[in-house]
Amino acid sequence: MSSLAAVTVSNLRKDVRLEWRSKDAVNAMLFFALLVVVIFSFAFDPTAEESRQIVGGLVWVAFLFAAIVALNQAWMRELRNQVLDAYRVSPAPANALFMGKALGNFLFISVVEALLMPLFVVFYNLRPVGPAWQLVPVFLLGTWALVVVGTFFAAISLRTRSREVMLPLILFPISIPALLGMVEATTMVLTGTDTPRFWITLLLVYDVIFTTVCLLLFETVLHAE
Amino acid sequence: MKFKIFAVITFLLLSYALYQGMVAAPREATMGDIQRIFYYHVPSAWTSFLCFFANFIASIIYLARRNLKADAFAVSTAEVGVVFCTVVLVTGPLWARPVWGIWWTWDARLTTTLVLWLIYVSYLMLRRYSTGQATPTLAAALAIFGFLDVPIVYMSIRWWRTQHPQPVIAGGQGSGLDPHMWAAVLWNWVAFMAFAALLIWVRYRLEITRQQLDEAHALKAVGQAEGSFTR
Repeated sequence: MSSLAAVTVSNLRKDVRLEWRSKDAVNAMLFFALLVVVIFSFAFDPTAEESRQIVGGLVWVAFLFAAIVALNQAWMRELRNQVLDAYRVSPAPANALFMGKALGNFLFISVVEALLMPLFVVFYNLRPVGPAWQLVPVFLLGTWALVVVGTFFAAISLRTRSREVMLPLILFPISIPALLGMVEATTMVLTGTDTPRFWITLLLVYDVIFTTVCLLLFETVLHAE
Repeated sequence: MKFKIFAVITFLLLSYALYQGMVAAPREATMGDIQRIFYYHVPSAWTSFLCFFANFIASIIYLARRNLKADAFAVSTAEVGVVFCTVVLVTGPLWARPVWGIWWTWDARLTTTLVLWLIYVSYLMLRRYSTGQATPTLAAALAIFGFLDVPIVYMSIRWWRTQHPQPVIAGGQGSGLDPHMWAAVLWNWVAFMAFAALLIWVRYRLEITRQQLDEAHALKAVGQAEGSFTR
């Protein structure tokens, strides 16, 4: 195994072990997204037909806000005991750190999504009209779109004053096309009005472009002084 | 001196462009005088897009060469670009209200321009909140993300919906401008570009001065620290 893959896997294992023992990020995300689900039902009070129209938006807004919680914590861990500084001087490839972190966040957010989707189905009386299996690529690509740029931008916002405020401010504008893609694709599957092919392609293009840019620029950002 | 001459030329250009837009260009047949806002709306849009493009190039140059002048240029163009983009976003609804009957619609170009504005405001926010030597690098990274995002935003929103008037200048049949209208658009564009260049020039000099001041402060602090050790 090349050193990049080996270091990525060991970074990922470390993050997963930390999360397994503390469950900090997953618990915070779960409870936060649950609150969003409940508050949205009060705010919009939708019928079953209406909720099919709007739930694509609700789901992704809930997950987007929840993801911010996890992404903000992701790099904070590395600040304790100067772990990040140690990483900077080590010969390990910077992209391995990034990929480990991004894959870890992807895993945590996917777990939260899998646990919360049944709740959306129950609270909003959902029954997809279109083919439900199409939601799988939408969720995988959409979550990766949020996570890869989010992990990168969390590393940027780590260097600013009032870090936790900064992350959504820089992440949301860039994520708008991805968010639009996720919401439209999910709504199309739920209402069965149209095929979500265009939006899945858009998410794929977004993922490929920004994963590449993240990998090209991460080392520069990590070593920025 | 060069700056003063350029400022005078800009002033003359802006005056002549104002005459072109308000007097020389003919009255539009259906929309009437309200159409004249077009001479400010479109040149501002072109100018702001060029500013953002310059910001993208300057950011790449900064990352490649670590040249602080490139960073100063990147800040200046982003700020001036946001100003002109704001002009676009303000003049658009002013025109749309009487012509379309609505202030705003979530059409492809309107929404893309709004997202563009949001992206570059977030860039300026990052610069404002970021501290220390890392700022230019972090900002340049964000600028690259932002610029690459624009075509994706446009594609996605175009698929979502479209209402903006089709391109009148190089569109299909029935499009096209009266030669006098053309003159007004182009003169205004030249004038706005000169005005943007003037603003960028001022902002660039300010940024360079600020960098020198920071450097002087840092050197002074080092000097004092050294002095206290030797004493």
